[in-house]
Amino acid sequence: MSKSKYSPDSDGYYGEFGGAFIPEMLVPNITELRENYLKITESEEFIKEFHHLLRDYTGRPTPLYFAKRLSEKYQTNIHLKREDLNHTGAHKINNTIGQVLLAEKLGKKRIIAETGAGQHGVATATVCALKGLECVVYMGALDVERQAPNVTKMKMLGATVVPVESGNKTLKDATNEAMRDWINHPEDTYYIIGSVVGPHPYPDLVARMQSVISYEISLQLNTHIGRSFPDYVLACVGGGSNAAGGFYHFLENPAVKLIGAEAAGKGIETSETAATLALGKTGILHGSKSKLIQDSYGQVIEPYSISAGLDYPGVGPLHSYLQATGRCTYIPVTDQEALDAAMELTQLEGIIPALESAHALALLSKQTWNRSHHMVIILSGRGDKDMDTYSKYFSHESH
Amino acid sequence: MNRIDELFTRKQESVLSIYFTAGYPELNDTTHLISGLEKAGADLIEIGFPFSDPVADGPVIQASSHQALENGMNLDILFEQLLSIKATSSIPKIMMGYFNTVYQYGVDRFISKCATSGVDGVIIPDLPPEVYEKEYRQSFEAAGIHTIFLVAPQTTPERAEYLQALTKGFLYQLSMSGTTGNPVVGEAQMVVGEDPSVIPQTNGMPVMIGFGIHDHATFEMACRHANGAIIGTAFIRHLATLEEDGRQETRDIRQKTLDIRQETGDRGREIGEICKGFIDKIRG
Repeated sequence: MSKSKYSPDSDGYYGEFGGAFIPEMLVPNITELRENYLKITESEEFIKEFHHLLRDYTGRPTPLYFAKRLSEKYQTNIHLKREDLNHTGAHKINNTIGQVLLAEKLGKKRIIAETGAGQHGVATATVCALKGLECVVYMGALDVERQAPNVTKMKMLGATVVPVESGNKTLKDATNEAMRDWINHPEDTYYIIGSVVGPHPYPDLVARMQSVISYEISLQLNTHIGRSFPDYVLACVGGGSNAAGGFYHFLENPAVKLIGAEAAGKGIETSETAATLALGKTGILHGSKSKLIQDSYGQVIEPYSISAGLDYPGVGPLHSYLQATGRCTYIPVTDQEALDAAMELTQLEGIIPALESAHALALLSKQTWNRSHHMVIILSGRGDKDMDTYSKYFSHESH
Repeated sequence: MNRIDELFTRKQESVLSIYFTAGYPELNDTTHLISGLEKAGADLIEIGFPFSDPVADGPVIQASSHQALENGMNLDILFEQLLSIKATSSIPKIMMGYFNTVYQYGVDRFISKCATSGVDGVIIPDLPPEVYEKEYRQSFEAAGIHTIFLVAPQTTPERAEYLQALTKGFLYQLSMSGTTGNPVVGEAQMVVGEDPSVIPQTNGMPVMIGFGIHDHATFEMACRHANGAIIGTAFIRHLATLEEDGRQETRDIRQKTLDIRQETGDRGREIGEICKGFIDKIRG
């Protein structure tokens, strides 16, 4: 995609958001990446290998499925972008394939990553197995406990999983620890960040790797409905990578309305929430300036969401910018609304969504829709990893 | 004249800077630590203001930051503590912490509080020099607050020159690239020891070496390559582990501080003894 007003400037800023707020020890790593990422990812060789792997290894293009019964219920036309059908079960692998190729070109031998729900960790461990690279995944100790199947997968794939005991023992703390590892291994290590967060150029790099989602939507809609854009794209936002990828090619088309679903947890009026764009103030965390849930002294407040993948106090700088400019609307969705939406999709369409994706589905019941409109909902991942949570919820419901 | 400049005019060798986390071990230890370190012979003090997510720090400073926040430390309390000791303490003081806390406090408000509370300089490791130069340099310099930048072993000569042009007071040279608290164990491990040429040509700008300096030997080693050294983690560890590291000298200090506590209940004297024990050990 050519330079648009939604691309970062040369210092990595989207309006006032973004940048690279990193200690001096990381400057050489970040400079190396910044100076090479476009050159490499836009090279013919990279594009060829990236698309080959996306097709033959991951199974892309993922289907754009017209959800007939869900559409009837909401009196509109709903198309589900089936990222849940990717190898490893979520959109995360688009990014890890791209970044592991980049790491290889940069001559790195050791890969590190952070993970919350474990989806990005599994996707990273997978590409490292594929490429025969050493892989270390940092995961909050609490998440290690609540996402046990993904921990087993990562270990089976040959990765070392390091449980992080600091802070709230979730995604934020895992990210801190991954950054410390990177600071301590400045020469040989490549850090595969899993979302559109972190210092420049990561937000732009990850958005580009995920932009294949909106690229395919555009082609598929053209075949299905005879035009290459929908009226709406709906996606969940934690750090915001599936949303960034799903919005990417539609950002400059004002006919496409873009809505993000944030995790409200138990409600934005409670202290147990992760709705960064609803509640956050501008701040600096993990190398970039963006909205951040924090107290008046700038201490980061531990977030809460039923969904480990959305349990993060920050958000990618692109989303802060899209909100500030009014290009995109972000709506908080509670745990309960997400659980109800997951149940509804399962029973109407026979698809069990990830809890993260269920937040996007929950947007459907929040407003009335036009019968003739077409919307795309990014179904970012499948629900296998969430069966424990679902089973607790439904056993509770039946009492 | 800024007291950091005064210090380096007066003394060019074996300058010892000690870092501690404000609010640790107890909320109101700040003034005791400052006067204790000053009396015990430190030349410079770095006062860390805690942040919830200190990515450049190893486990020891992380834990002290966490405890300090649990104890209720914040910038308003810290500036009040510093103001209360301003009239009686003349040692140069540097505030060190992460940018988000400064940003939320308001950079201008932070600068003016530094100026009125007897702070001479600041170190904000995650504030990029480019952003500093464009948005904040003028305000810091107008208030006479020195901003000190870090130089890593991998920093290119061009960038080191740029950092030196922005920095005031001294350059903070990292002994190695890493988070705080990875101990330097031998001169060969200290990158500056292996290759002294990585220390930027500073045209008279003082250089202090930090990260991994933890005892008399590593302090001496650092002093051979620079004007002095900065010790943080080892001091925090000293404060934290008096009860458990098992060495005779530690037991001696521990016994002394316990006696003071039991006999007088004087926290200032107790902390003073702890500071003296540490600095004597480092100075050798």
